[in-house]
Amino acid sequence: MNLILVTFIILLAFTSYYFGRKKALVIQSSQRLTALPKFYGYYLAAWCAAPALIIFALWSVFEPSIVKTFILQDYTDQSLTKNELQLIYTKVKALAAGTYTGNITNFLDESANKYIQLKGIANSAKVAIILAILILSLSFAYRSVQKNDRMREPVEIFLKWVLFVASLGAVLVTIGIVFSLLFEAIRFFQAVKIFDFIFGTHWYPAKTFVRDGQPDPELMKDAFGAVPLFAGTFFIAFIAMCVAIPIGLLSGIYLSEYAGRGVRKYAKPIIEILAGIPTVVYGFFAALTVGPFVKEIGNAMGLEVSAESALAAGAVMGVMIIPFISSLSDDVITAVPQNLRDGSYAMGATKSETVKKVIFPAALPGIVGSILLAVSRAVGETMIVVMASGLAANLTMNPLESTSTITAQIVVILIGDQQFGDPKTQSAFALGISLFIVTLFLNVIALSVVKKYREKYE
Amino acid sequence: MSKIKAENVNVYYGSKQALFDVSIDIAEKEVTALIGPSGCGKSTFLRCLNRMNDVIEICRVEGSIKMDNLELNSRKLDVVRLRENVGMVFQKPNPFPKTIYENVAYGPTIHGIAQSKEEMDQIVETSLKKAALWNEVKDRLDEIGTGLSGGQQQRLCIARAISVSPEVILMDEPCSALDPIATAQIEELIDDLKKEVTIVIVTHSMSQAARVSQKTGFFHLGKLIEFGPTDKIFKNPDNQQTQDYITGRFG
Amino acid sequence: MNSFKKNLLKKRYNAERRFQWYGKIAIGLALTFLAVFMFQIFSKGYSAFQKTWIVTEVHYDKELLLIDAESPSKDDLENADYYDVAYKAMTSLDPGLPEEEDRQLIQMVSYKYETEVKDLLLKNPDFLGKIVPIKLTASDDVDQVHKGNYPRDIPEKNRRVNDYQLQIYDMLNERGDILSEFNISFFTSPDSREAELAGIASSFMGTVFSILVCLAFSFPIAVLAAIYLEEFAPKNKFTDFIEVNINNLAAVPSIVFGLLGLGVLLAVFNLPRSTPLVGGITLSLMTLPTIIIAARASLKAVPPSIREAALAMGASNMQTTMHHTVPLSMPGTLSGTIIGLAQALGETAPLILIGMVAFVNTIPGTPVDPAASLPVQIYIWSESAERGFVEKVSACIMVLLAFLILMNLAAQIVRHKFEKKWS
Repeated sequence: MNLILVTFIILLAFTSYYFGRKKALVIQSSQRLTALPKFYGYYLAAWCAAPALIIFALWSVFEPSIVKTFILQDYTDQSLTKNELQLIYTKVKALAAGTYTGNITNFLDESANKYIQLKGIANSAKVAIILAILILSLSFAYRSVQKNDRMREPVEIFLKWVLFVASLGAVLVTIGIVFSLLFEAIRFFQAVKIFDFIFGTHWYPAKTFVRDGQPDPELMKDAFGAVPLFAGTFFIAFIAMCVAIPIGLLSGIYLSEYAGRGVRKYAKPIIEILAGIPTVVYGFFAALTVGPFVKEIGNAMGLEVSAESALAAGAVMGVMIIPFISSLSDDVITAVPQNLRDGSYAMGATKSETVKKVIFPAALPGIVGSILLAVSRAVGETMIVVMASGLAANLTMNPLESTSTITAQIVVILIGDQQFGDPKTQSAFALGISLFIVTLFLNVIALSVVKKYREKYE
Repeated sequence: MSKIKAENVNVYYGSKQALFDVSIDIAEKEVTALIGPSGCGKSTFLRCLNRMNDVIEICRVEGSIKMDNLELNSRKLDVVRLRENVGMVFQKPNPFPKTIYENVAYGPTIHGIAQSKEEMDQIVETSLKKAALWNEVKDRLDEIGTGLSGGQQQRLCIARAISVSPEVILMDEPCSALDPIATAQIEELIDDLKKEVTIVIVTHSMSQAARVSQKTGFFHLGKLIEFGPTDKIFKNPDNQQTQDYITGRFG
Repeated sequence: MNSFKKNLLKKRYNAERRFQWYGKIAIGLALTFLAVFMFQIFSKGYSAFQKTWIVTEVHYDKELLLIDAESPSKDDLENADYYDVAYKAMTSLDPGLPEEEDRQLIQMVSYKYETEVKDLLLKNPDFLGKIVPIKLTASDDVDQVHKGNYPRDIPEKNRRVNDYQLQIYDMLNERGDILSEFNISFFTSPDSREAELAGIASSFMGTVFSILVCLAFSFPIAVLAAIYLEEFAPKNKFTDFIEVNINNLAAVPSIVFGLLGLGVLLAVFNLPRSTPLVGGITLSLMTLPTIIIAARASLKAVPPSIREAALAMGASNMQTTMHHTVPLSMPGTLSGTIIGLAQALGETAPLILIGMVAFVNTIPGTPVDPAASLPVQIYIWSESAERGFVEKVSACIMVLLAFLILMNLAAQIVRHKFEKKWS
């Protein structure tokens, strides 16, 4: 239905483009045109499509919530909670769609009928209104074309608006992220105290927390303490950085200061392949090869090693991040002006002395910035941990034990069917917003540090 | 007495030849000025004297350059020791992004010249005094060197260069980025320094060459056209090209 | 030169050499990781491109098939009972085996062997009543034994292939009745719970649809946004904000986009779960900043003289942009887009959240059919305990990497072939 409507609008827009252009050619025979003929076409097409599509979009956004209020009006006298109302509405929709499998009460049946009826009315109203809009806007536009008004400017202003709206896309995505996370997280924090979430040391969301259709705070009291996850996240990121920083930094320095052009030409892109490998592939590698390898070595040394150790996940994550650090630090070091190097060499410094005492300090802000970006990467990395480290949230600082992270828990909670309204599902969003805040914080600092650094040497 | 003796020096950048058969004798504890239009090879020659051309990958140097009978243009030469003895001051002041103190202490530290903190303090103070910068910075030695004015930065670089007591200091247009007052200060400094060290200065300003140097060499298109006492070069040159350049007919 | 300085100099040169070695070792380590990694994947995965068949004889006995008609129609063949025929084809390998033990033989071929017996007859109706040789897909375990991936010297009770089955296998192998052929079905079959039957067709199509949807959403919006920000946007607080926003969005962890897809696309807009449509839109939100940044960079690289020339001819700002700047910036934008899509191609976590991790044993025909994607398929298979899936995962990774290499090559070619060099 919607598809047909949109297709119709678009087809009409195309038709009006050709019509407008033809009209321009007719006008041309009697008077001077104000713009190229195609602008007449664009003008008509824009007037045809834009208002109708905007109304259509607005309608699609607001219709569901309006219908919902109408349906739930019948339930206001039953003093139900928000969650219960949501549940009822889901049932009504399912019943109307014929996919409902539970008990059908009379009341529910009535609501479903009302729902179908409302939907029908809404649909016809939508079609009628959009047709009316089309007629109105097209006739207005046609009058302008007939009067041979200025055609190019309005079309260009319209295009500029389209460009502007597109550039809002990125902002919309951010707003979408913040709101979708906040919306569920706030509901979560209504059931679980923020304090318990941030400072609790026991994370065990496996059981269900709903008793008699109500989330039960008693059950949830000691299950949503995120400290083990925060600790695990930073612990694994720390292990990753222990691998990535020395290797990445040293290879970045070697590539920029020592390597001949031949080595640089081949080694750099080959190392960067490491960054292009999908993380799920690293996860598989960590789980199948590195994990058992670490376990074997540990066992040979007489240590107790879990097959899914934080060390294996962290080390593989570190390998993934090496090229990130090496190419960023390579860039940063190359940006250090040559005359500083010359100054040091002219004092009789060796290359490594120049690197350690002059270039590295000069490049330090930039390097710190890229390391922060890399940390943010490590914190947000998901699949390696899901596949190679444990899913149980142990509060441990032993790299040979398994531990879990924020991202891995989000996956564990949300894999399979989710029940919206269940605190377990909502907890994933609470974790999501903590992750978002942490990475945003790291990114903002890192980007501003790097930006300042760039400005200094430009 | 001759300090540096260059014979038939040829320099190539890739396939392009930049210097042609340059031979020159640089006398000890004198200021030798190298002049000539831009791109004539004077800076290239200067950089041969402390092997700074090694930094440029495609650069190749042929011929013989001897300092006190030590062959400089030899693979076996230890450039680190050479550069300890032959300091350099660059066109654009390039203090390290460190404190003033650390800038001056850099050379003595890496070459292990000072054994103690007191000795290092002494070296820093002497060097800054010799560079005529001490009075201006003695109260802010732990400020970042890049925060000084252009002239001060250049004097800091000179202090840095003399901190390791080199025998020779090379100066590559040290005043071209400075205002006239700062330039005058540097020139005065050069005059003082020549009592102890041999100085080779590349400059595009003929008046500067005339003011500070005892010998002058004129380069053109990669060739050393004429070399001799400054007075003679400026008043009575042998070569017509030199004459034209000195009198401002080209360049 | 005194001995102190001599020593110091020696130390300094040693430090120099050491430092150089650190650098070389670091690079060596990085390259070693890559090599080990590639070796692991290839050595484990290449065998998945071979499929093992067991050859036996089948007697299409009309009686056992329960076909009465004299000259049976296609429908008769379709509806015949193949159970006994297929069963006999397998048990005939060892007629001496007591009946209660015959599961051991049946387990040596895939559980779909009955269908394979049926398909052969449907293809060749004249086989009816005859005894013909037939190729049956070997079970996952036999397949692994044949490829040598399965250790035979461990105790029988720890083995999924017992001694009897190994004996039959050896007999068949000696007779030449174990065939190894190129595994076409790996590319043409959807996912399956049985490793020997599982293929990547469904996840491959899922990936293709997701990427197309992703391209359709992200490319136009990103290019338009880049044009606005680079060519028209006034320099003010708001455009600064948009810019900061885009830069930060590029560094948001991918799983957050998965939560966005779940919380908005599925919960609010009620788009169909587990489909490439939702997956593609989610990925497009992720790719958006990447493409915007690339497009802006290549718009910036168009020299202002081109714009000035067009403006001086009396073109409007919009015409200058659309006729000159944008076409000239396209190669850079396109190659940035391809790289962004290659990143999206390897994404797993956001797709898991929007349900593309469901077990799908049909090949999706449209973007609104449930599907997995290649990376998710890797995840699903690697969670599976069966040994046969290890090589499948590695093979799937090889396909995914091949895909990525192709895309990156395409990006390179677009950039080098079509980009104008401004000097």
